[in-house]
Amino acid sequence: MTNNSTPLLQMQNIKKDFFGNQVLTDINFTLGAGQVLGLCGENGAGKSTLMKILFGMDVIRETGGYSGDVLLDGQKIQFNTPFDALEAGIGMVHQEFSLIPGFTATENILLNREPQKKNFVSEIFGERLNTLDYKEMDRRSAAAIEKMGVKIDADMTVNNMPVGHKQFTEIARELSKDQLKLLILDEPTAVLTEREAEALLASIRSMAAKGISVIFITHRLHEILSVCDQVVVMRDGYVVRDVPAQETSVSDITKWMVGRDIKGSAAVAESRDHVDAKTILSIQHLWVDMPGEIVRDVNLDVKEGEILGIGGLAGQGKLGIPNGVMGLYEAGGTVTFAGKEIPLNNPRQCLNESLAFVSEDRREVGLLLDESLEWNVAFPAMQIQEKFLKKLLGGCVKWRDEKAIHGVTQKYIDALQIKCTSSKQKAKELSGGNQQKVCLAKAFALEPKFLFVSEPTRGIDVGAKTLVLDALKQFNRDSGVTIVMISSELEELRQTCDRIAIISGGQVAGILPAAASSEEFGMLMVSQVK
Amino acid sequence: MIAGYVLPPVLKKMGFPRLIISGFLLLLFIMTPFVDADLPAQITNIINRFSWNGVLVLAMVPMIHSGCGLNFGLPLSIICGLLGATLSIQFGFTGPLSFMMAILIATPFAVLLGGGYGILLNRIKGGEMMIATYVGFSAISFMCMMWLLLPYTSPTMVWGLSGNGLRPTISLDGFYNQVLANFLPIQIGSIVIPTGSLLFFALLAFLMWAFLHTKTGTAMTAVGSNAVFARAAGISVDRVRILSVIMSTWLGAMGILVYQQGFGFIQLYNAPNNMTMPTVSAILIGGASINKASIPNVIIGTILFQGMVTMTPTVINAMIHTDMSEIIRVIVTQGMILYALTRKTEGAK
Amino acid sequence: MSKKVLNLARNNAVPIMFVIICAIFIPMSGFSTSYLLNEIITRMGRNLFLVLCLLFPIMAGMGLNFGMTLGAMAAEIAIIFVADWQIWGVPGIVLAMILSIPLSVALGWLCGTLMNMARGREMITGYIMNFFITGWYQFIVLYVMGGVIPILHASIQLPRGFGIRNTVSLLNMRQYLDDLLAIRISGVKIPVLTFLVIGMLCLFIVWFRRTKLGQDMRAVGQDMEVARAAGIKVERTRILSIIMSTVFAGFGMVIYLQNMGNLPTYTGHSQIGMFCIAALLVGGASVEKATIGNAFLGVILFHLMFIVAPKAGGFITGDTMVGEYFRVFLSYGVITVALIMYEAKKRMVRSRVGQELAAAQKEGEGAQ
Repeated sequence: MTNNSTPLLQMQNIKKDFFGNQVLTDINFTLGAGQVLGLCGENGAGKSTLMKILFGMDVIRETGGYSGDVLLDGQKIQFNTPFDALEAGIGMVHQEFSLIPGFTATENILLNREPQKKNFVSEIFGERLNTLDYKEMDRRSAAAIEKMGVKIDADMTVNNMPVGHKQFTEIARELSKDQLKLLILDEPTAVLTEREAEALLASIRSMAAKGISVIFITHRLHEILSVCDQVVVMRDGYVVRDVPAQETSVSDITKWMVGRDIKGSAAVAESRDHVDAKTILSIQHLWVDMPGEIVRDVNLDVKEGEILGIGGLAGQGKLGIPNGVMGLYEAGGTVTFAGKEIPLNNPRQCLNESLAFVSEDRREVGLLLDESLEWNVAFPAMQIQEKFLKKLLGGCVKWRDEKAIHGVTQKYIDALQIKCTSSKQKAKELSGGNQQKVCLAKAFALEPKFLFVSEPTRGIDVGAKTLVLDALKQFNRDSGVTIVMISSELEELRQTCDRIAIISGGQVAGILPAAASSEEFGMLMVSQVK
Repeated sequence: MIAGYVLPPVLKKMGFPRLIISGFLLLLFIMTPFVDADLPAQITNIINRFSWNGVLVLAMVPMIHSGCGLNFGLPLSIICGLLGATLSIQFGFTGPLSFMMAILIATPFAVLLGGGYGILLNRIKGGEMMIATYVGFSAISFMCMMWLLLPYTSPTMVWGLSGNGLRPTISLDGFYNQVLANFLPIQIGSIVIPTGSLLFFALLAFLMWAFLHTKTGTAMTAVGSNAVFARAAGISVDRVRILSVIMSTWLGAMGILVYQQGFGFIQLYNAPNNMTMPTVSAILIGGASINKASIPNVIIGTILFQGMVTMTPTVINAMIHTDMSEIIRVIVTQGMILYALTRKTEGAK
Repeated sequence: MSKKVLNLARNNAVPIMFVIICAIFIPMSGFSTSYLLNEIITRMGRNLFLVLCLLFPIMAGMGLNFGMTLGAMAAEIAIIFVADWQIWGVPGIVLAMILSIPLSVALGWLCGTLMNMARGREMITGYIMNFFITGWYQFIVLYVMGGVIPILHASIQLPRGFGIRNTVSLLNMRQYLDDLLAIRISGVKIPVLTFLVIGMLCLFIVWFRRTKLGQDMRAVGQDMEVARAAGIKVERTRILSIIMSTVFAGFGMVIYLQNMGNLPTYTGHSQIGMFCIAALLVGGASVEKATIGNAFLGVILFHLMFIVAPKAGGFITGDTMVGEYFRVFLSYGVITVALIMYEAKKRMVRSRVGQELAAAQKEGEGAQ
């Protein structure tokens, strides 16, 4: 890199908040042409928000834009749509595939950018009736594949491809754009086999050699060290480190990723010891087929009366565990609760055994959005335990007891401070935090012996967060209910739980007391990333 | 008309199409004296038609509640009713007893066919409405063959000449014509109220209302509102849906029997086709959507729809001396269904 | 090898079933070969164009276009005007086609827009749409024509002074297209020009698949979100596919009517959509995939069944009505089965992905 030329990309004092919730603060870094920048950080550290800003995603504009400057080739840029970003030479390969299944690699690589030939019909009716120039398409896709340096079959349709080739097809699509200067790869190796991942790293190097800059986001830290020139580590919306790759190591990066200042760790829950308590739930060889959160061979024992945290990076399988045990996704293995084996793939059985589950997916699984709070709170308890029912005609008719339903709902509205106009208000009219409280109330109304809580604070504001976590703690302390809490936020687990299990690569990487250091947790999180 | 005003909340809740149709109906009522139409006769007519059609419209409710959508498969339940009706006559029952027997005989058919239909609908979740339409058509055309081939012998029903094959229209005189309507009829001036029919509707509507207040009924509503939620709460979604389809099918069978007792004839062959759209449309006019319906929706919808059906011919014809009612009916009926289909479904779905 | 045959049979179950039905029914019906050949050729000329217009929405992933009837109505309105102006013969036919275009485009646009609003429910929306527009069609034909728009010739007008008669005679247009350049091979009349027109539509479809718009339609049909992310105007593309289908359905209806020689004003279009869709499905098409070959095979098999069923039914049961109902039952049945297979397959694909993943994990588990 020559010092006298302007760097390709400069980020200057980027700030972004979502409705008062600061997610990015003073982001500064530069990236030279032909350089590879490794970007790492925990989930929620702000990586994806930053990339969304760079790529001009609609969501940024819709939530009030950002402050600070993005400079490309020394020019200040402000993209209104991803298409502007593409125009300016920024390409992005997303985690989800964006390919047409029945099209060949070539057709996908040139999707909506097909070279065309004019004909007399299109002269009259407009350009969309131009015929496609198949020869030119083959030539361009071959060139892009060549540029990538990994061989894939250009004529194979995507639905017949192995996963890795789909990823390469996407990369080739970006490379086929002549104006491409900067390529963003968001966890591209997550779905690749080891050999494919190596091929990709080689291809990143060769792209860089051709003058294309790359921003490489991954949780596989050794990949960063092997391919990047520069490493940027983010945490809680700040850039905590920006160093040349040669000068750092995996353990350094991990420490920076999860390291918290002293103030944070002061809030760690007073850790209680349940070593002597009996095991209430025992999970043996559990596998769960939850798309994006696959669980492989998990063994985990939960002690009676404790709050066990389950943490880990997104997509590593931590969400799969409660969803599998509670029968919402296909699962196998053995789960024993209070000495009795419970059948999997059968939500009703789990509920009958007094297990309860607060799903991470509030809108789809957690709530009846179109119904009143009363229905939401009382429904499972009514169906499972026949609460809030009046038996009429000698028990033949189980009539809904509106008064009892109103009573219990009101009780939880008061206890959890749910903000609503009345217990008859529809669930969809509530804010995220209050909806979450309704989900908790629903589980509490079941008066379970055991409670799974999945991502209880996702998408809710700080004040509500504390309330929800306190309510959980209190529920545990007062009613002696064992709680397993799954969360992406390590800090929150450490504030609430007694022990924390970290899931990595679909398996339990280790279990630590809440007071363990952030570095230890961090090492576990990235230990078996797949 | 209402331009410039902010709609009061009550009217807003009624929904735009219902407002237009109510307004239209009101206008027709106001016009009645001016075109020399007989208002009491009109009202009698509306009440009568309400009593014929109410149960059919009610049959839409269970399936809408469980999220199976609008029941375009209504012909299937009508066929159950027709089987009950024709078999009851074939077995020689007459008078009120023939009505009771028709109900009894139709019931096992409704349970069996409804159950099978429910299992089918569970396999094709998401595509219910289109498939229901064609299941209805297929069932009708299949039964067209059967009406010809089944060994019916009752001389009141079969073709006189050949002696086999049922006639398209069978008179119910001597069987259950007006059997409900003639139960405690009330006469107010020149308006006659078919008390029995209304009571029968009220009974079924009450049972439906009561069912929706029970544990199972609550589960059904929850399945329609958010099937994933219901599954997570331990409900067997498929079972609840099958139950709802059986209920709808049985109510549909009852509906056609009530319709026949009012109309006075059994109509076979392609006639069931003509019942579906008006019935679906009626409940939508009453304010139901693809996954929400209530008893008031049924009552209001049937009154508005039947009001329109009876009032338009007389009033409009008297006004412009030509029969435009059929066209207005088609446009309103289909327009209403289109409106419901293109409206974003509420909530999570 | 036998596996291949089995697969072939499974994938073409519907056409094979119809071949068998026809093979059984033809001898029972007692029709002569030349009669059947003549009938089939006539019906191919009459219906193929209409059936082919269904291919565009299938390409765009919008399923079977039950709203194709809208094009038929546009054509009927056009042909009433042409008949009124007494422009006969081939010029009349061409004029009717041209006149139908603006109406078809407008109706297609409306239908496409509504389908975009009712995504996932396109087929039922199209289906209801054709009843809705039928209402307006009747309004126009019964009241506007002769009432607002002057109708010159009393022969097509209702005696009351406005509105169109139940049947409009197209005698001076009857089979003009078919007879021009027609050849006879041992008693079988082949309407060469009609087939040429159909051939041109086939060529157009083949060519269209290779255009930018065709490529976009295929992309939108397979994955709307990916297509949108790539910058393809999804809504517009979908509307265009419906408009094209509607316009071609209009042309097809004109061909159909010139063959029939009269226009049943109020019922002419009511069954068109159902018969065309059934024919296409009989040819082995599905809701998401249809080829020109499916259309040809389908029209032949479906209409063969349709011709022979009443007589065969009479042969079996002694009552030709049974045969008539049987063929209607088969038409509805084949659509029902195709729709069920389409929806069930969608669910099967989803659960198969799950099973594969589970199996892979089990293997992984075993290895550990």
